[in-house]
Amino acid sequence: MKRYLICAAVVGGLAVAAPLFAQSKAKAQNVPEIPFDAVPNFFKLPPNLYFGEGIGVATNSKGHVFVYTRSGETRLFEFDQNGAFVKEWGQGLYGLVFAHAVRVDKDDNVWVVDEGSNMVIKFNPAGRVVMTIGRRPEAVDELTNMSGQGSAPNSNKPYSFNRPTDVGWDAQGNIFVTDGYGDNRVVKYDRNGRFIKSAGTAGNGPGQLRLPHTMAMDAQGNVYIGDRSNARVQVWDNDLKPKAIYDQVGSPWAVCVSPGPHQYLFVSNSVPDNGDSRAAAQTGEIYKMELDGTIIGKFGKAGKGPNEFSTVHEIDCRNPNELFVSEITAWRAKKVILRPQAGKTSAGGQR
Amino acid sequence: MNLGIGSLGVVAALAGSASLFAQAVPEIPYDAADILKLPDTIHLGEAAGVATNSKGDIFVYTRTGAASAALGSSRTFYKYGSRLFQFDRTGKFTREIGVGVYGLNFAQQVRIDPQDNIWVVDQGSSNVIKFDPDGRVQLVLSRKPEAIAVRPAAGRGGSPGEGRGAPPAEGRGAGLPAGAPPEGRGLPAGAPAAGAGAGAAAGGGRLGPPGPPGTGIPGDSFTRTADVSWDRAGNIYVADGAGNGVGNARVAKFDKDGHFIKSWGQRGTEQGQFNSLRGIVLDAQGNVYVADAGNKRIQVFDGDGNPKAQIANIGVPAAICITPGAHQYLYSSNSNDPETLDNGEIYKLELDGRIVGKFGRSGRLPKEFGMVNAIDCRSESDLFVGELTNWRVQKLTLRSK
Repeated sequence: MKRYLICAAVVGGLAVAAPLFAQSKAKAQNVPEIPFDAVPNFFKLPPNLYFGEGIGVATNSKGHVFVYTRSGETRLFEFDQNGAFVKEWGQGLYGLVFAHAVRVDKDDNVWVVDEGSNMVIKFNPAGRVVMTIGRRPEAVDELTNMSGQGSAPNSNKPYSFNRPTDVGWDAQGNIFVTDGYGDNRVVKYDRNGRFIKSAGTAGNGPGQLRLPHTMAMDAQGNVYIGDRSNARVQVWDNDLKPKAIYDQVGSPWAVCVSPGPHQYLFVSNSVPDNGDSRAAAQTGEIYKMELDGTIIGKFGKAGKGPNEFSTVHEIDCRNPNELFVSEITAWRAKKVILRPQAGKTSAGGQR
Repeated sequence: MNLGIGSLGVVAALAGSASLFAQAVPEIPYDAADILKLPDTIHLGEAAGVATNSKGDIFVYTRTGAASAALGSSRTFYKYGSRLFQFDRTGKFTREIGVGVYGLNFAQQVRIDPQDNIWVVDQGSSNVIKFDPDGRVQLVLSRKPEAIAVRPAAGRGGSPGEGRGAPPAEGRGAGLPAGAPPEGRGLPAGAPAAGAGAGAAAGGGRLGPPGPPGTGIPGDSFTRTADVSWDRAGNIYVADGAGNGVGNARVAKFDKDGHFIKSWGQRGTEQGQFNSLRGIVLDAQGNVYVADAGNKRIQVFDGDGNPKAQIANIGVPAAICITPGAHQYLYSSNSNDPETLDNGEIYKLELDGRIVGKFGRSGRLPKEFGMVNAIDCRSESDLFVGELTNWRVQKLTLRSK
């Protein structure tokens, strides 16, 4: 794996500009375009069921698609491989408050990460809750002393999250959680949910994070962290030690690592959700990369048209040529089919 | 009440040696099963309360869905947040009781009395609500606060009591709109603010001088109610309340129709004082066992509140239960803290405090426990435990060694 030494001063300068759109423009130049088509109206919702903000999307081994959406309530819907509605999961569940991510593990358990309840919740394939990590703050405190901010738990505790963002697993079933908006760390648990360790502090050095917003793991158990406000993907090993930094592809709102013998890394430099048209002009594309950071190509741009991306928040890449993406601002999720690149397979972009 | 100040050495010493005691305690073998079968559209949240009736029906009081605030009104009101489910003895879902009931907001406990009435204890509304076996409300103790105070956003993202800008616990109320009850507990508007401490506020009103912290208003004005139990005459005993360092810290006694008889206790560490009551149960002789979790002990009183004994070598008693029958046993769960997976074992004790054995540990797997908040021990060997963090009820079958 190639390693890139990061120049802290440069990243620091970028981080200062974080609220502006400039930081989202990817540094990579002359990246080949990957042709693609979005499948229109893939998801068929029953009357009076609606997506809200498209926050999470993931498939299971049967090709069924789960969409985790901020609707009237935060809700989790299952569709079959053709987009037909199957059922709602976790109706009225205590931990479904404000969606952030849904992922499916190798045994087809469905995991949701909820930024509002500060919880990671594991459903078995039948749709029943079998494990929770983190705990929704007790409402009784707020009933008598409502701050308007909710009750943020203390930072960096073994079993409390502060607006967690994503979850992944290694081959042993160890559980990794990016946590999150409040804390800047990755937490590792064993397969039974017992705390092993956490790593990461706020900052822009190697091993430091500013808003770890998304994560994915490769077959070797490395962790690919979308270090969003630092505009870089960090690769940490299974012991949460920094290994590499990919800082050419903008602000990673969503990352995904495909399965199979040749794994790819997808990174979305999503258009910020603040409606800034200047940012929209230079963001919104999704990169396809080798795990070592080599850029294969990119596709898409910001917008609300059928073939555009309106703040992609999660990518499913179980099939690296047939992706699902969920989009915040257009209130949708969609299927995206990548077509072969003319005459090239892995022409890397310039760094 | 005449409670001395001073030596807390005895209890502290006992609490400190809990782990030593635990080493020598025999392990009771047991099996666990998750027998509840819920409809697809119904899920348990934090299973705060579980209890069985004489027919073996199982009642679960759970924190589920979201307590919601009603905006666009003169004050902020809240509703929902908890539900009460009934299952038959095989675990088959029977029905929901109390759909939309005013005081079901933050589940704490459910208990079944000898007549199979269903008593719900709610920390959010501070109500104790008696449903008859048909599920109709028959008696309500205490009153849900009319509204919750909404403070301006402050201290985003910090820890409770610090970064949130929340005032110190006992001084809670600073910064509230003038006249808003600092504890929100149904005090008349303009009641003394909490500057003199929560106890002073809770003991205020216009009917007499405030009592020491935690004594509460005489009568059924509860704060974060924890549990309910009864003696043979049907008198009602309420553990009031669960707050750690805030609110009431007392036992309140009522006759069977809900008339206030007396209360005892205040915040503190002495015998007869409490911090964070989590459970209350009576034995057949009418002795009152109070889980005084903040002080890591179970205190035993007679029915008039005279201290009789303390049991202080069983960790933090977060849930307690006494079996019926000729030879009664006491179960007490040393439930884990939300930030650890330590402890979690449940003790089986003689009523005099001698430990018979223990079983279990905290964790997320079947047979492990995640913050046990309720134990049903109608059968000495077939227990039901309700867990907060694992969102489930397990049926435990204890095996003889």
